[in-house]
Amino acid sequence: MTGLTTVRTAPLTGSSTGQRRGRNVWSYWRFYLALSPFYVLFAVFGLYPMLSTILLAFQRWDGLSARRFTGLDNFAFLVKDPTFWTALENTVVLFLMSTVPTLVLALLLAVMLQSAVRFTNVYRIAYFIPNVTSLVAMAIFFSSIFSTNFGLVNAALRSLGIPQQDWLGQPWGIKIAISTMIVWQWVGYNTLIYLAGLQAIPKDQYEAAKVDGAGAVRTFFSITLPQLRPVVLFTVIMSTIGGLQTFTEPQVMVGNSGGTGQSGMTVVLFFYRAAFLDNDYGYAAAIALSIFALVLLFTAINWRIFRGRGEDR
Amino acid sequence: MTRYRLRGVALHAALVLALLVFMFPFVWTIVMASNTTADIYRFPPKFSFGGHFGDNVRQVLENVAFFQSMANTAVVAISTTLLVLFFDSLAAFTFAKFRFPGRNALFVILLATMLLPAQLAAVPQFQTMAILGWVGSLKALIIPGAANAFGIFWMRQYFKNSIHDELIEAATLDGCGFFGTYWHVALPSARPALAFLGIFTFVGSWNDYMWPLIVLTNPDHVTLQVALSTLNRSHGVDYSMVMTGALLAMIPLVIVFAIFARQFIKGATEGAVRG
Repeated sequence: MTGLTTVRTAPLTGSSTGQRRGRNVWSYWRFYLALSPFYVLFAVFGLYPMLSTILLAFQRWDGLSARRFTGLDNFAFLVKDPTFWTALENTVVLFLMSTVPTLVLALLLAVMLQSAVRFTNVYRIAYFIPNVTSLVAMAIFFSSIFSTNFGLVNAALRSLGIPQQDWLGQPWGIKIAISTMIVWQWVGYNTLIYLAGLQAIPKDQYEAAKVDGAGAVRTFFSITLPQLRPVVLFTVIMSTIGGLQTFTEPQVMVGNSGGTGQSGMTVVLFFYRAAFLDNDYGYAAAIALSIFALVLLFTAINWRIFRGRGEDR
Repeated sequence: MTRYRLRGVALHAALVLALLVFMFPFVWTIVMASNTTADIYRFPPKFSFGGHFGDNVRQVLENVAFFQSMANTAVVAISTTLLVLFFDSLAAFTFAKFRFPGRNALFVILLATMLLPAQLAAVPQFQTMAILGWVGSLKALIIPGAANAFGIFWMRQYFKNSIHDELIEAATLDGCGFFGTYWHVALPSARPALAFLGIFTFVGSWNDYMWPLIVLTNPDHVTLQVALSTLNRSHGVDYSMVMTGALLAMIPLVIVFAIFARQFIKGATEGAVRG
């Protein structure tokens, strides 16, 4: 690579198109070489497998015997598979149970953090740490505090005189435990995103509202929230993409089965089981495509809700 | 005046409460890791640090190849991070500062790849690894992630905004070629952006769970996250030991984060507001 340094290049940003037209494409080889690692890796480990997944979704294959075309059989089976619908429902319920509290708490903390003058850096760092902690370690931690006989949550209930609950042994308990963990992990991250958004709102707008005699609540709903809309859209989309792919939390907390009543079974866990435990590759490919469709659908819904309202105003 | 002070106190009380909630799992993990399982099983549970941390660590080491797993994880995280920093910044510099046929089309393709969920590739990717003979090898974790669209996109924004074209022209006049300009001019000026991308990649790689679980088929040769999950599954009742393992797995990450916290938080939040 050092040989390159001695060679004179290069059309810089300012060069005119007239100069470009005269040059052979191969004279740009340095640039294509510089870009090649990503595109080569994507072709081999991204594009090729994704195209194979599409093909595989119309086939039956256990990884050993020959692949067999079965048309739409995988999809027909998927639509009739009760576990798929359970997984779909769980994923959406878990997504709502975790995302709504996460974003509301984050907005609340961000508004408070904005009006705090001292120690803001300490808060910011402490709030962010949950987001960079090992998911597996934290899933183990949360399953321990929700444990029936020895968990901290039940110890707290017992000392208040409330009967203990079998958290990880019943459908709603499992969902509460999983979403508690997700909320804990993501509130801080979203708080800091909102805080950055709040700080970008021009101060004179607040002053104008004050002159008009608007109170704190009024100011929040008529200035802060509308100005924050693009940032909220960003956090909702990120939470959607992450939430629909929930895997580690349920897999570690309740195992590959999805726990009691399969209430911790998410679509990605369902995919993982079909592909790598049952070796039902064609079926897994069909599930993967449906997850992709789900992500696109939810992103489009978010986009419409937040963009649509923006245009009304 | 007192009303303002009262509000200030209430504000910080709420913020400190949130801080305690965020920090509690770490503190409680240390409590569990320094006591015996019997202490944890008591009611009311023991709330103070104990003196059994050493014993618990010894037990963890007896039950899983902890240091081997940690070494594997470190090899994967460090090499992935270095490769990503190099390949992504080189591609980003090229996109940000040079013109060449197909540039826009290539960039649109790059953005489109960010929408694709990982599951879409997982099954055939496993077959590819089998053909390459990489199943069970750390290469299967490092190579596919050696360059990524997010990093290129992110670094490109930085190069566009912070490196002036005159600087590059001056380097060219001084006899620097394309690669020389990248190495001597672009890279040194991109340190803050590299710091963010570096820690982002490192944390992601360190915590990656699903793909290592799939592709590292030899139970004696896994990453920390997989080893931890195995420890939990086979010795789940032995809380103090499992929590010690969890604690040990978190420590390196907390150290890395503590060093780069400010730059990382700045980078992580800036993108959301600007975009």
